[in-house]
Amino acid sequence: MRLDVILRVIAKLLLPFTVVFGFYVHFHAETSPGGGFQAGVVIGAGVILYAIIFGLDEAIKIVPVRVVELLVSVGTLIFLGVGIVGWLLGGNYLDYYALPIADPIISQEVGIHLVEIGVLMAVTGAVIAIFYAFAGRGRSR
Amino acid sequence: MIADHLPALQVVLPLVAATVCAMVDRRHVAYVIALLTSFAMPLIAVALLIQVLDQGVISYAMGGWEPPIGIEYRIDVANAFVLVILSLVAALIMPYAARSVAAEIPENKQAWFYCMYLLCLSGLLGITITGDAFNAFVFLEISSLATYVLIAMGADRRALLAAFQYLVMGTIGATFYVVGVGLLYTMTGTLNFADIAARLQELDIETSRPVLAALAFITVGIGLKVAMFPLHAWLPNAYAGAPSVATAFLAATATKVAVYLLLRYFYTIFGFDVVFVQHPVAQVLLILAVAGMFAGSLIAIFQDNIKRMLAWSSVAQIGYILLGVSLINHTALTGGIVHLFNHALIKGALFFAVGGFALMAGTVRISQLAGIGRTMPVTMAAFVLAGLSLIGVPGTVGFVSKWYLVLGAFEAGMWWVGFLILITSLLAVVYLGRVVEVAFFRDPEGGAAKAIEPPLSMLAPTWILVAACIVFGIDAELTAGTAMQAASVLIEGLR
Amino acid sequence: MIEAIPDLVHHYNHWVSIFLMVCGLYIVVARGNMVKKLVGLTVFQTAVFLLYISAGKILGGTPPIIAEGYEHYANPLPHVLILTAIVVGVATLAVGLGLVVRINEAFGTIEEEEIFERGEQE
Repeated sequence: MRLDVILRVIAKLLLPFTVVFGFYVHFHAETSPGGGFQAGVVIGAGVILYAIIFGLDEAIKIVPVRVVELLVSVGTLIFLGVGIVGWLLGGNYLDYYALPIADPIISQEVGIHLVEIGVLMAVTGAVIAIFYAFAGRGRSR
Repeated sequence: MIADHLPALQVVLPLVAATVCAMVDRRHVAYVIALLTSFAMPLIAVALLIQVLDQGVISYAMGGWEPPIGIEYRIDVANAFVLVILSLVAALIMPYAARSVAAEIPENKQAWFYCMYLLCLSGLLGITITGDAFNAFVFLEISSLATYVLIAMGADRRALLAAFQYLVMGTIGATFYVVGVGLLYTMTGTLNFADIAARLQELDIETSRPVLAALAFITVGIGLKVAMFPLHAWLPNAYAGAPSVATAFLAATATKVAVYLLLRYFYTIFGFDVVFVQHPVAQVLLILAVAGMFAGSLIAIFQDNIKRMLAWSSVAQIGYILLGVSLINHTALTGGIVHLFNHALIKGALFFAVGGFALMAGTVRISQLAGIGRTMPVTMAAFVLAGLSLIGVPGTVGFVSKWYLVLGAFEAGMWWVGFLILITSLLAVVYLGRVVEVAFFRDPEGGAAKAIEPPLSMLAPTWILVAACIVFGIDAELTAGTAMQAASVLIEGLR
Repeated sequence: MIEAIPDLVHHYNHWVSIFLMVCGLYIVVARGNMVKKLVGLTVFQTAVFLLYISAGKILGGTPPIIAEGYEHYANPLPHVLILTAIVVGVATLAVGLGLVVRINEAFGTIEEEEIFERGEQE
């Protein structure tokens, strides 16, 4: 693996673009197909590519296992939390209209963005966690 | 204010608790969270039931989107009753779980065990409470995925095989369900239960084949989750392999929720006429139910593993519940619904007692439990009393359900069904009798000789369930009364 | 008989999903290798995704995003439903593969027949 210069250079070059493209898919989802789930898979795939080329240990140095676990649970909590905020502000569960924003259309937009950030985190975490779990299997720690 | 949001709280609370469990990843913290959440569940469920009995159907619009556009949580007497069953079992199982989980699950996995348990609970509650066909699928899969993981945590390596087998069958079942929902959606353009029902009324169902295909797909799909007779193959292995706490929880709740969903589709969505009058669903169900009753009871007699024996007995008991559905009259349906509750009590108590054997005697094989009745008399007494309820001795809850079933059979003019119920009850005497014989009339040996009573945290939930078996057996006013109302609600439908 | 043919051909999308569905189920039933079983399961699920998506398609319709000049767009609801179903499918596949890995560690094989043969000897 040491000698595969092309692979290593290309992988390093691709990683930032993959992540940026992931964010593009995420934030551009209002006007084109995309969203937190798709973006999460793209970003997760970037990390997986890095892990395949440079080895699992290198990848774990960048994105530690604990961070991945936290991404999943915190992402889910953000989603659930947005719902609870709607509650506390007097609406039903996940009611974005209840958010303290004057324009109801903007409040929908903000609500969906917040939820999608949670989805992005959870999906990125889940995709990486699945890869770590399989790739780390059968090694002596 | 909070009273308005109880329907969402019922599902969201365990979901939040599950994520927090996963986040902290400390077993003691996770246990406390699971315990507190489980205690909160019956409070919410009972409050909902009272509210429903008081004011009629509750409708909760998720995200403020009114049905039929948005996802609706809709609670009537039928699913409020199921919610109470689920949450009561959950509240009793958590105090019990502390010792059993500590002994059976590796330390670093215990937080995840509680996380999965809460996810499973939340999924089951979600299926029960939702009024949206696709939302029900999502919750079905949440609870199923959590269940696969719970089963795979069993100590025996065969638990892995059982989990895989269940995963394959469960996914096929869930996918069948989605096909059915998809066909309904293409025909009606809506996913809301009440709305589908209303639009199906306008369709001429005889000529719209997709609707009938949807009925078939949904029946088979949910039938897999119910463990309806020929689709039950996953159940014995799964229950035998899973950790004791998971077995008790699943045996008392999972299949009940699936039965509820099936009832919802039969009565509320497709409607009594389409399912039972125009098409011979009831006749098919009757045959399958009776076959399940006999197959389950007969195979249970030949099992050495008590967990597997009780699992086969569950197949038989699901037969009783489906029998109540298939006799298509109010009395029998009441029997079926009340048996949902009663069977949850009985099987919960039995598996709690078996969990005690597993912890203190280190085995659940009948051949190795000789004399356990002398070394663990309190646990064994609970097992015997719960067993008597399972058989249906007068004065226990089993008798109440069977009484309604037999009355329903006579009402339907099928006296021979009552006779078959009697025979399968005698078969239950045989398989439970084997345990009693070994436990009391043989000298203690091996692990059973050194066994002592399990701690109070395990005995108390067991005896609460046993006491409930007796109390609700003597005074069936509350359970049977609610079940009767639920049956009326189902038969009248949403219209 | 002849007049039924256009009806049958017209809904060719259903035939595709039925074909895939049956293929998937056949693999699940006929193969003893657990990974192949999971592949079959995935094919089976994908067939259902197709059933939903093709039902939401409108001929000549654009993606369901409101923009000037485009009036007909596909029904977005099936897409959202199937996105959810895909997530569920991925999760199921991950859990399934995880189980297969552990079965392989515990039994040394992922062929069902070999495991059951051994189970009888125990």
